[in-house]
Amino acid sequence: MANVPADLKYAKSHEWARIQGTEATIGITDHAQHELTDVVFVELPEVGKKVKSGDACAVVESVKTASDVYAPLSGEVTAVNKAVVDNPALVNSEPYTGGWFYKLNLSNPAEANALMTADQYQAQIGG
Amino acid sequence: MKRTPLFEIHQQLGAKLIEFGGWEMPVQYTSIVDEHLTVRKAAGLFDISHMGEFFVSGSGAESFLNHALTNDVRKLTPGLGQYTLCCNERGGVIDDLYVYRLTHGEYLLIVNASRIDTDFEWLQRLLKSSAQRGQVNLHNASDATGAVAVQGPRVIEFIDACFQGPASGGAAVEKPSTLQKNQIAAFNFHGARVWVSRTGYTGEDGFEVVSPAELISAVWKTIQEKGQPCGLKPAGLGARDTLRTEVCYPLYGHELDEQTTPIEAGVGFFVALDKGEFMGRPTLLDQKTKGVSKKLVAFKMTDKSAPPRPHYPIRAKGSAVGEVVSGTQSPSLGLGIGLGYVPPELARPQTPLEIEIRGKCAGAVIVPKPFYRKAV
Repeated sequence: MANVPADLKYAKSHEWARIQGTEATIGITDHAQHELTDVVFVELPEVGKKVKSGDACAVVESVKTASDVYAPLSGEVTAVNKAVVDNPALVNSEPYTGGWFYKLNLSNPAEANALMTADQYQAQIGG
Repeated sequence: MKRTPLFEIHQQLGAKLIEFGGWEMPVQYTSIVDEHLTVRKAAGLFDISHMGEFFVSGSGAESFLNHALTNDVRKLTPGLGQYTLCCNERGGVIDDLYVYRLTHGEYLLIVNASRIDTDFEWLQRLLKSSAQRGQVNLHNASDATGAVAVQGPRVIEFIDACFQGPASGGAAVEKPSTLQKNQIAAFNFHGARVWVSRTGYTGEDGFEVVSPAELISAVWKTIQEKGQPCGLKPAGLGARDTLRTEVCYPLYGHELDEQTTPIEAGVGFFVALDKGEFMGRPTLLDQKTKGVSKKLVAFKMTDKSAPPRPHYPIRAKGSAVGEVVSGTQSPSLGLGIGLGYVPPELARPQTPLEIEIRGKCAGAVIVPKPFYRKAV
């Protein structure tokens, strides 16, 4: 069964956000990495890029296919995880820790209210 | 969507299912990379029941097939098969397939799942206008037939425990393990006849088994049980695709289509221009002597980049020169590999290329085929 940490917020499109004040760390969920399997490539946005919630702003590729990763919140990219670019398998092995994608400085922190709680996301994925 | 007789087994094994050529098929059971490496190191079991089986028999069968197919079936003794292609008038590929001579006057054709109806209609049409039409029986047994492939270096250790000899048809062998490459023989299994050939689509040693549809579950379970001690695992279409890409075997709809000839696709070895007239021969002969306008090449990525995918543009010195037809991250080599068509003057190993991936160009280089060769 997929791991869904209680302290994170979730988007329908399987991204998670760890929100601390006006900062958020973004990644893809354990369920998503399990569905993708064998992540072989991750493409991240550039630091400084402004993203809007719902924008496709990263790409994750498995052996079989390329999938867009959407921004769950709006803001400016302040950091990207170089370790996951060098070792994409981190998305599979540590989706919520070493496998994070990028950090955002939020332009509209209230958007977080529209994201799902762990319970709601668990229900969505049929957990 | 159609389902094979093994569908329930795939569900029980927790397979992830996808649509492929009109069929609901397992793409993977655990992970494509794991299944791929299992086939390279030990053994993998694939459901290939979606593929089509045609039986062609009668005194005119040899001459009819030699008109319809590019390779020379006269080279086949009973119990031997060959890779061949079926071309249209213009030399474009209708399908690529295996043809086995089972007995002197009986042949088995194994065709691609997505092409069963097209192939059968095409062969029926050819037969109607053929001088042999009274002496050929053409039968589509696809719905009544199941098939599996068992592939990998350790298959030889357990194949004889799955099917007991001596053979009752085809090659006169005592047991499956004595079949040579491309040989086929019939074995008795649960009171019926199954055909076992030493062929495959992975670049590893292995066998393919064709049985009546109602027996294929028993065939699957027997192979699973006997192969388990050797590390056999079920493997899906995902691994089947990465395995065949590493050895540069064409896949219909990617390397091959009705607008592409076997010469362009680099499988001219299976076109017997010396056998007399056959469908598509004038164009194929012309291309063989005068050259082609596009050629299939294998390339590997030289930059750290996303894996190449079908339809990505291929560029050389800044201009567009072709398109990727197959591409993936190679599990054996750990880098992006692909196949694509380029103008013949570029089709030389070491030619640098760029692959356009989401608007950005990444470096690649043409390499000799195949990417992977099994250890001898």
